[in-house]
Amino acid sequence: MVPSMRAAVIVFPASNCDRDAASALEGLTGQKPQMVWHQQSELPAGIDLVVLPGGFSYGDYLRTGAMAAHSSVMAAVRAHADRGGAVLGICNGFQVLTETRMLPGVLMRNAALKFVCHMTELVVSESQSAFTRKYSAGQHVSFPVAHGEGNYYADEATLDRLEGEGRVAFRYAPGHNCNGSTRDIAGILSEKRNVLGLMPHPERVCDPLLGGTDGRALFQSLIETLG
Amino acid sequence: MKARVFVTLKSGVLDPQGKAISHALQGLGFDGVGEVRQGKVIDLELAESDATKARAAVRDMCEQLLANTVIEKYEIELKS
Repeated sequence: MVPSMRAAVIVFPASNCDRDAASALEGLTGQKPQMVWHQQSELPAGIDLVVLPGGFSYGDYLRTGAMAAHSSVMAAVRAHADRGGAVLGICNGFQVLTETRMLPGVLMRNAALKFVCHMTELVVSESQSAFTRKYSAGQHVSFPVAHGEGNYYADEATLDRLEGEGRVAFRYAPGHNCNGSTRDIAGILSEKRNVLGLMPHPERVCDPLLGGTDGRALFQSLIETLG
Repeated sequence: MKARVFVTLKSGVLDPQGKAISHALQGLGFDGVGEVRQGKVIDLELAESDATKARAAVRDMCEQLLANTVIEKYEIELKS
């Protein structure tokens, strides 16, 4: 365990996985992350990783993530990413990252119009990143999903570029695409590979009491890289 | 001045809600309904009284917040 990675978890009104993320981080780093309220205009000094947690920020008004994308803390998060800092957006956090255009594409209503909430099988498509280096490419992992708007969409040129540049980090395993995402995409990396957005919840599978530990390697990858 | 903004999905973008509405209408016996596309209407009250300036401002609002131009297009209607 390398306890030196310093993490911040952003809290928006109606975030509801912020404490799950904090608990996973504390369990693996041995130190509590800083909880940062959305109205703050700066991040605490010395932060290595910013987590945008799951939830229903601003009640999903207008579009999921649309309001949170314009909250004052997001300017600081963007500046952190521009400096090369790591940003992990989970579920609603992924939606916020696409709304800020820090990641391409958009998360639309699930194709079957149903909220999905169950364990799902994923394939790690890319192990060459700060988020996935402790996995091997092609490895199958089991993470829970819990969302109504996780249907990843981008135009063909963007999808080809994501795939060509090795920026599709996670895909739904064959037969497990629960939301209609194009090319089974579950999680993508930014151009500089320091921002990851994914719909499934790695922070909920870091403790065997919660039904699995497949998410640990994601945080351990970050600890190894940033610690 | 008032503005009404229509936000709809770009053509080619799958609209699962529109599809569900189409199926439901057929279930109610409304034959002859083909493709259905749904969207939203946003009404704005503006202090600006100059139509050109108002339209430019609303266009900025659409680009920055009201529409996600990756998948949505918008139309602006002004009423004085």
